[in-house]
Amino acid sequence: MADKQQQVVVKRARHKSSVKDPGTPGVLKMTKDRFTFMANDPSSPVKLNVEFRTIKGHKFTKDGTKQALLNLTQDQGGNYIFEFENFPDRNVCKDFVASAIALSGEAGRTVPEKSAVPIQDEQLSAAEMERRIKLLQEDSDLQKLHKQFVIGGILSEAEFWATRKKLLEQNYSRRPKQRVALKNDMWSTKPLADGQSNRVTFNLTPEIILQIFAEKPAVRQAYLNFVPNKMTEKEFWTKYSRAEYLHSTKNVIAAAAEAAEDEELAVFLKQDDMLVNEARKKIRQVDPTLDMEADEGDDYMHLPIQDHGLPRNDNKDVLDSQYEPYRRSFSQHLNQHAAVVLQGRVIDVELGDTRSVAEALARTKHAELAKDASDVYLDKERLERISRMTEIEDLQAPRDPAVAPLSIKDPRDYFDSQQANAFSTLGDTVSGAKQLKCSVSTREAYCSLKECISEIKFQGLTEPTINSEVAFKVLNGLAQNISSNKYHLGRNPNESILDSLPKITREELLLHWSSIQELLKHFWSSYPITTKYLLTKATKLKDAMSQIYPKLQEIKESVQSDLRHQVSLLVQPMLQALDAAFAHYDADVQNRSARSGERPNGF
Amino acid sequence: MSPPVPSKILTDDVSLLMVLIDSNPHFWSSIKPHFSFSKFLSHVLAFLNSILLLNQLNQVVVIATGINSCGYVFDSSSGSVSQRAESLLPKLEEFAENDESLSERDDDSGNGVGSSLLSGSLSMALCYIQRVFRSGPLHPQPRIICLHGSPDGPGQYVAIMNSIFSAQRSMVPIDSCVIGIQHSAFLQQASYITGGVYLKPQQLDGLFQYLATVFATDLHSRNFLQLPKPVGVDFRASCFCHKNTIDMGFICSVCLSIFCKHQKKCSTCGSIFGQAQTRDPSASQQRK
Repeated sequence: MADKQQQVVVKRARHKSSVKDPGTPGVLKMTKDRFTFMANDPSSPVKLNVEFRTIKGHKFTKDGTKQALLNLTQDQGGNYIFEFENFPDRNVCKDFVASAIALSGEAGRTVPEKSAVPIQDEQLSAAEMERRIKLLQEDSDLQKLHKQFVIGGILSEAEFWATRKKLLEQNYSRRPKQRVALKNDMWSTKPLADGQSNRVTFNLTPEIILQIFAEKPAVRQAYLNFVPNKMTEKEFWTKYSRAEYLHSTKNVIAAAAEAAEDEELAVFLKQDDMLVNEARKKIRQVDPTLDMEADEGDDYMHLPIQDHGLPRNDNKDVLDSQYEPYRRSFSQHLNQHAAVVLQGRVIDVELGDTRSVAEALARTKHAELAKDASDVYLDKERLERISRMTEIEDLQAPRDPAVAPLSIKDPRDYFDSQQANAFSTLGDTVSGAKQLKCSVSTREAYCSLKECISEIKFQGLTEPTINSEVAFKVLNGLAQNISSNKYHLGRNPNESILDSLPKITREELLLHWSSIQELLKHFWSSYPITTKYLLTKATKLKDAMSQIYPKLQEIKESVQSDLRHQVSLLVQPMLQALDAAFAHYDADVQNRSARSGERPNGF
Repeated sequence: MSPPVPSKILTDDVSLLMVLIDSNPHFWSSIKPHFSFSKFLSHVLAFLNSILLLNQLNQVVVIATGINSCGYVFDSSSGSVSQRAESLLPKLEEFAENDESLSERDDDSGNGVGSSLLSGSLSMALCYIQRVFRSGPLHPQPRIICLHGSPDGPGQYVAIMNSIFSAQRSMVPIDSCVIGIQHSAFLQQASYITGGVYLKPQQLDGLFQYLATVFATDLHSRNFLQLPKPVGVDFRASCFCHKNTIDMGFICSVCLSIFCKHQKKCSTCGSIFGQAQTRDPSASQQRK
């Protein structure tokens, strides 16, 4: 592979003006600030000498595709496409180009606040840089840290990102945009009717048409069949509106009469067979293991009082069976409408063209049907579920119990719980044990234990179990404890002392904390110091830390007096950590100077 | 095990309570002037009986934590009828005898109170709970409460942390009621990590009131209650080599074992810690 410090790259390539162009063969030579292309054929007009300053980006085909292409794009929109003989060649050039572009970009531009400036000896692809910049833009805390350390020269770019590889590798899936749902109001069957004339007006917008097609598959099918063969769209909708009007009058007999005359109208007036089929299919898919127990509360049929539930219409007209198909059921219509609204928009077609909408909906339905028919996996799952619910216990293998998923916690959650550490020192637990002196031999100890047990066996439990005054005191104490915790730590158990500080102080504290974490991380990782590089790094980090130290003290003093204690408790662990780092550094420096006294070469 | 329970009766608030009682004789004799084992037992027995009264289907299992062994001393679901807590007394006596016989003959330890085998009893409790989990789809909600007083044994750090993490994974909260003189870092961590309650009662003769107020509620009802929260948790680990509690140390990057001093080789997983030998700057890149 290419050497990091390669100054010149020379490769055979073909220059193409577009991807399909066979291209002119030649030699591509790249140096740090420009590239040149000389065609093999001296008479060819293709001769390039372009500075990398004008090249803004580069694109390339994936390894393994038909052509090994590298496309260098310019700011003004021009581009240079080169095809290489093989992928390794192309990759060498690609890497070189990346670093060259970065280099020239750095030299040419002033460093804007938000962009990440790469270090010269690091090869970064444009995609990598893009990801870093994007990360910085999205996370303002990270950006602050980056600004403070990398731009401030304390850490190098590579070091900063070395521990954040996980962040860079996440792919940011685009969040789906919010979409507008279908309207829930049912198309009113009461059209606008003038009192004066006999006209009834129906308004049909594309939106309404979409809903009609979604709710009534028979209408959609009729549309696809009739228009434009038998009638125009306007006629179709007129007939449909007439059918709706007839339904709204609830005159079933008139509906039957008109249907007998007009064949197409009959389609709209009859019950929707397609819907019936769909409903049957849905019923089959209902989980038979669903445990729906009915008890008295579900019995709405025999309610004594009519207020509960819907009033029952006991006077059903008994019509001739020939009129039955023309009766429309409101509840069915309502259910279908609700199902469609909840399903949302299934198609993505422009609403203007009715035919395409109908076709798209028909296609979707077909696809769903086909999917259901061939969904073997679904059946298998259902069978498994059925067998699980009706299990025969002794024939089943034991199932693994539910477990909590692994959760890696944000270290900021632990920020407030470190207060206990501020109190205790290293030797605490050891000395604690010494407080309890047991001056009794083992045998005697066991004897007294057994005595206590037999005491209870014979005497029974103490009566009363607990003294009422003591109980009262305990309850008071507990209540006070809980309420004072609430007061100090906030109503919400997740709320902490941090939220009661003024915003600026809080931001500063958190920023200092995360900077200290970052600095300490790099500081401790550079020990033991074996190279000069590490030595300078450690010194730089130590200086940065000693700058933060007085800032922390300042914060402690600037806070109001009632919060001062809590804030100093919060700040204490940070100061302790810094102190430990300083102590280590000083000890190391002393060692080093002692040793360099022995070895004249130093270090 | 009790026969499988129809789903209508096994409501949200049925609990399986595992109680770990500290039976360290040295501890109890050292605390004798303030609080005796018999008084402790009477509070605890009253508490256990009241748990059994709260719901017909509640189960209580008591494990005694000795210095040489741990053992089950009470299981409320054994036998055809639910037993009263007092029936643990003979078993506890037997356990104490057994524990005594396991200790070395002439061990006249007049220096300090040793620690009891908390890790052992935690493991036993978790095993029992796992058995309950595998007994069928319907089971009470388990939780563990440790009534502990002996000091933390740093040698048990690894075992206790392992039990804590497996309790966390099985979603079993560990409540702690510390009756000793000092706080217990292990139990603080246990309760914090598993979502249980940690309490160090101020007045030991009101122990029953503490138990009934704070620890008697089932897991479902805890969502609606405010229970005492400790001010801070001591998260410090102990090193694996000397079992001292340390603030800063060295960690093996393969198995995450903690050491207080620089070592050549990790004693847990055997990986060899590399030395930085070379002096040129490019090698430092690799070390990170």
